[in-house]
Amino acid sequence: MRPLRDFVNAGLDRLQRMGRAALAMFQRLGRGHLFLLQVLAGMPAVLRRPGQIVAQLRFVGAHSALIILVSGLNVGMVLALQGYYSLVDFGAEESLGPMVALGLLRELGPVVTALLFAGRAGSGLAAEIGLMKTTEQLAGMEMMAVDPVERVIAPRFLAGVLSMPLLAAMFSLAGVVGGYFVGVGLLGVDGGVFWSQMQAKVDFHGDLVNGLVKSLVFGVVATWIAVFEGYDAAPTTEGVGRATTRTVVHTSFAVLGLDFVLTALMFGE
Amino acid sequence: MATQRPSYLVQIRDLRFARGERVIFDGVDLDIPRGRITAIMGPSGVGKTTLLHLMGGRLRPDAGKILVDGQDVPSLSRAALYRLRRRMGMLFQTGALFTDLDVFENVAFPLREHTRLPEPMVRDLVLLKLEAVGLRGARNLMPSELSGGMARRVALARAVALDPMMIMYDEPFTGQDPITVGVIMRLIRRLNDAQGLTSVVVSHDVEEVTAIADLIYMISGGKVVEAGSPQTLQRSASPWVRQFISGAPDGPVPFHYPAPDLARDLLEG
Repeated sequence: MRPLRDFVNAGLDRLQRMGRAALAMFQRLGRGHLFLLQVLAGMPAVLRRPGQIVAQLRFVGAHSALIILVSGLNVGMVLALQGYYSLVDFGAEESLGPMVALGLLRELGPVVTALLFAGRAGSGLAAEIGLMKTTEQLAGMEMMAVDPVERVIAPRFLAGVLSMPLLAAMFSLAGVVGGYFVGVGLLGVDGGVFWSQMQAKVDFHGDLVNGLVKSLVFGVVATWIAVFEGYDAAPTTEGVGRATTRTVVHTSFAVLGLDFVLTALMFGE
Repeated sequence: MATQRPSYLVQIRDLRFARGERVIFDGVDLDIPRGRITAIMGPSGVGKTTLLHLMGGRLRPDAGKILVDGQDVPSLSRAALYRLRRRMGMLFQTGALFTDLDVFENVAFPLREHTRLPEPMVRDLVLLKLEAVGLRGARNLMPSELSGGMARRVALARAVALDPMMIMYDEPFTGQDPITVGVIMRLIRRLNDAQGLTSVVVSHDVEEVTAIADLIYMISGGKVVEAGSPQTLQRSASPWVRQFISGAPDGPVPFHYPAPDLARDLLEG
């Protein structure tokens, strides 16, 4: 009887642990959503202080521009190289322009930008906010009757959301330039064909606007995760470390998962 | 005294507070007189800092009343709480200076947030506050360039920037060299007397506290165990208070963490 009882008890323990973990997860999810509402409620106050937004745009957006441009250039170059080898077999290398542009505008621009953003700006935001919490700066602000969500979080959130589409556009632009450089400059595709085909095949609403909408959604999700992880971090060195790691991991999953959903909605028949 | 203004600025009645399973306060009664320096003493981890956070409305008690200037803090609306906090200053253990602002801007922060004073007046006020703590010459330094004691003095200047009615000090002497301790002691006394403040000092430094406090509350095991002037406490009959004041390693607070008998423990090994 005894081994059976031990076995049942071990099973119950495991069940209990799973239940507790699930509850903790849902609690966090709930806190995250309430936090987003709080941040949105702080928006009117932020708009009255444009200086704050500009400062954060500089930190979150402008400081990420270089890595975005360099990555975009590289991705565009690789895309042109791989595309050329596939297309040339069918004698269809004049489609290289639209292939590069569509790949960048629809998918690679928004997605890779969001992933890079999580690594560069998102982790930075989470660490900054987490450290402000650890060093009691947020508590100090609260005791000075200043709402830290309004004063610290909301401007950073808005800056992140505004930066993402701009960064994604820069990524795609750099990618097209990289594609042109490889396709026309190195592989000998006709320059006029490259541009004219691109103009003919890329649709303003279907491709460009949809791509921008995607990156706007990613901007909301990536910045939301980053500021929430920082604000919700345990106020210890370890807690801040975990918050930055989680920011990058959760953002990556969320962006890739959402990308599938958005693509299915936007580009399906 | 039967005036409308009660002689106590803070009145705490039957305060109960627990963190999860752990009971921190189990029926605390406290009165903090206006215009005096009141110290709250007790061993580390007894909840002294928690008490300050309860008074500032950052935490909610499970039961009991916390009256600050006649208003029951736990039942205040958010807006009313923020209005009350503008009249309360708090000095955090770490100083909690904003690391991205220099000394001048740190002290100017509450003025800029809560008043619409013209820039020259902000400048004058900040310089006067910094002069009071002896750091007018350090106005352009960043917090990272300050010593621990200087950071606390800047934080003190910031805490009194809006001329509050009371100021709460969280362990102001911990980890400071003897000269800095002397400077901070004198500042607490001088600010209290010159500006007609009410001061609450949370600390476990017996010597310093008995030197400056007008009234001392001793907290242990979630309750106030003794209260009175420093002289009364020195003559206290309570063995616990005697051990705390003399710093004896053994007494009512045992040196040993509860453990089975040593001889038996060794033999069992």
